[in-house]
Amino acid sequence: MYTFSSKLKNVAIILMVLGLLGIGYGFFSAPKNTEDVEKILAADAHGEHHAAPAAHGEAKHEAAPAHAEEKHAVEAVKDSATVVAHGLDSVATHLEEAHLAEAAKPVAHDTHTKDAHAEAAHGDAHADEHKEHVEHVLHQLQNKPWAALYVGALFVFLIALGVLAFYAIQWASQAGWSPVLFRVMEAITAYLVPGGIILFVLLVLSCLHFNHLFVWMDPEVVAKDHLIQGKSGYLNVPFFLIRAVVFLGGWILYRTYTRKNSIALDETNDLSYYKKNFKASAGFLAFFLVSESMMSWDWIMSVDPHWFSTLFGWYVFASFVVSAITVIALVALYLKSKGYLEFVNNSHIHDLAKYMFGFSVFWTYLWFSQFMLIWYANIPEEVTYFKFRIEHYNLPFFGMVVMNFVFPILILINTDFKRVPWIIWMAGIIILSGHYLDFHNMIFPATVGDQWFIGAAELGSVAFFAGLFIYVVFSALTKAPLLAKGNPLIEESKHFHY
Amino acid sequence: MSNKVIHALYNDDDVLMDAVKQTRLAHHHIEEVYTPFPVHGLDKAMGLAPTRIAICSFLFGLTGLAFATWLMNNIMIQDWPQDIGGKPSFSYIQNMPAFVPIMFEETVFFAAHLMVITFYMRSKLWPFKEAENPDVRTTDDHFLMEVAVNNNESELTSFLQSTGAVEVKVVEKH
Repeated sequence: MYTFSSKLKNVAIILMVLGLLGIGYGFFSAPKNTEDVEKILAADAHGEHHAAPAAHGEAKHEAAPAHAEEKHAVEAVKDSATVVAHGLDSVATHLEEAHLAEAAKPVAHDTHTKDAHAEAAHGDAHADEHKEHVEHVLHQLQNKPWAALYVGALFVFLIALGVLAFYAIQWASQAGWSPVLFRVMEAITAYLVPGGIILFVLLVLSCLHFNHLFVWMDPEVVAKDHLIQGKSGYLNVPFFLIRAVVFLGGWILYRTYTRKNSIALDETNDLSYYKKNFKASAGFLAFFLVSESMMSWDWIMSVDPHWFSTLFGWYVFASFVVSAITVIALVALYLKSKGYLEFVNNSHIHDLAKYMFGFSVFWTYLWFSQFMLIWYANIPEEVTYFKFRIEHYNLPFFGMVVMNFVFPILILINTDFKRVPWIIWMAGIIILSGHYLDFHNMIFPATVGDQWFIGAAELGSVAFFAGLFIYVVFSALTKAPLLAKGNPLIEESKHFHY
Repeated sequence: MSNKVIHALYNDDDVLMDAVKQTRLAHHHIEEVYTPFPVHGLDKAMGLAPTRIAICSFLFGLTGLAFATWLMNNIMIQDWPQDIGGKPSFSYIQNMPAFVPIMFEETVFFAAHLMVITFYMRSKLWPFKEAENPDVRTTDDHFLMEVAVNNNESELTSFLQSTGAVEVKVVEKH
C-alpha cells in the first residue's frame, strides 16, 4: 500500500494556495468598468506620443515576425501597438486596429479609434468609436481571469480523461504489458470527479452570464448574428448543459464501474469481473469517441462560434492523450523512485515513452493537417482563426509546435534515452507545457483577443489545478494496493521485457 | 594450419540457446549460427555488438529532408518564383506548408531505401549471390552452430555433444 508522503501533500497544498492567490489576483486586477480601461489605454497612449510611427511598425513586427504580408505592412503603420508590462499579471495591452478575426465576431468593434486618427480627426463619430473600443477591451480584460481559470480546469481535467481512454484501450486490447500500471491509471482518473464538477460549475457560471467566454450564450449577440442564429439548434444553453451532464456522467460512470470491478477482481479472483471490465471498456470506447468529439465542439470550438473544423475533435484528443500518457509515465517514475513500484521495470517506462513519442507525432500530424488545409485554401471564413493566432499569438502558436514536436522527436527517438528517467522527466515537462500552451491558444484568442498574457492568473490557475490533481491522485493511490494482482495478465505484465 | 570447423546441429531453439551460452562459457569461439527463423535473444547470448542501422537511417532521413528543402527552394523560390494561385513565393518560409508533404515523403524515402540498401551491402546480399548455408536443413527445422577448431577436435566434439546436439561433424572449410 502507498502512503501519501506529507512532503508531497504539502507541495500539493502549497500549489493550491499559491494558485488560488494567483486566480484571486487575476480577478482582482481585472478592470471593473470602462474608466479603468481608459486609464490603461491612457497609460499606453502616453507612451505612444513619444514614440515615432516607425517604432510602432517595429514593435508590431517583433510581435509577429513571421507575418510579412504586404497587407500587414500597411496595417502596421496604422497600428499603434505598445506593450506595457503591468507588474506580474500585467496585461500586455495593445491598442490596435481590430483584425479580421475580431471583425468576424458579433460584437461590433471593427471601427476602433486610433490615436493617429485622434490627432487627425476629432468629432462625435470618433467619440462613439472610442467608446465602443473601450467597451470591447473591457470585455476582453474581464474575460481574462475567467479564461485563465477555464484553460487550467479544462487542461488538467482532460489529462485525467485521456488516462481513462488509455486505460480503456488497455482493457479492450488485453494488453499484456500494462496491468502493473492499472492502479496508477485508476488513481489518476480519480480526478475526473472533482475536476468534472469544477469544470461543470464553470460552464454553468458561463451560462449564467458571469463571464463572456461563450459569446453565443449572450442573447443580445445572438439577436444580431445570423450565423449564430443558424446554429442555435445545437448551441443553446439548456442543450449545452444537458450534453455536458451526459458526457461527464458517462465518463465518471465508466470510471467508477471499472474501478469497482478491478478491486473486486483482486479480492475474489473471479474472472467474471475481468470480462465485465472488458465489455465495459469496449462499450466505453465507442461512447468516448462520440462524446469526446462533441465535447471538443462544445467546450472548445464554440468559443469561436463562427469557425468550424472537421478534425477538431481528433486534434483535441491527440493533445490531451499525449499529455495523459506523459502524466502516467511521470507518476510511475515518481512512485518507482520512492520504491513503490518494484514490479515496474524500465521496459514499461520505455513503452510509455514510445507512446509519448508516437502521440506527439500524431498530434503534430493533426495540427499540421488542420493548419495546412486551411492555409492552403485560404477561405476567409476559416482562415481568420489562424490569421489572428499568427498575428497576435505568434510565439505561443509556433513555440508549441517546437515543444510538442521538434523537442520530443529529437529526444525520444533514441531507444536508450527512453529508459533514462531524467530524460523522460525533461521531455514530459516540455510536452506538458507545450500542450498547456496548445489549450491556451485554443481558448484565449476568442475570449481575450490580443489582451492575452501568461501571468499570475494563468500560472495560478495551472498551479491550483495541478495541486488539486496531485492531492486527489495520490490520495486515491493510498486506497488500493499498487499491484492489481487479480488480473489474469498480471504475471505477463510483471515479467514484461522489451 | 587446417581450416577445420565443427558443425553442431540442434533441433530446438531452447537447446540451441543453452548450447550457445555453454560454449561461450567454455571459451570456444562461435564462428556463426544458422537458424531457420529469428531466435529471440540469440544475438545477446552470442555477444554480438548491437546494430547501428537505426543511426544510419536517421542520418539518411536528414539527408532526405535537406535534399527536399534544397529542391523545393531551388525550383519554387530561387529559379522561377511564379505566382501560382496566389501562393506567396517570396521566401521559402512563406510557402513552406505547401512543401511539407514533399519534405516528409523525401525524408521517409531516403531513410527507408538507403537503410535497406545499407543492410544489403553490410549483409552482402544481392541477386545471384551464392547461398552460404552449410546444411540445407538449417532453412527448414534445424539449427547449426559453427565452432572453430584449434587442435582440440576430440575435446570439442564431445563437449558439443554434451550440449544436446543431434549431430556433430567436423568439416574442412574452404
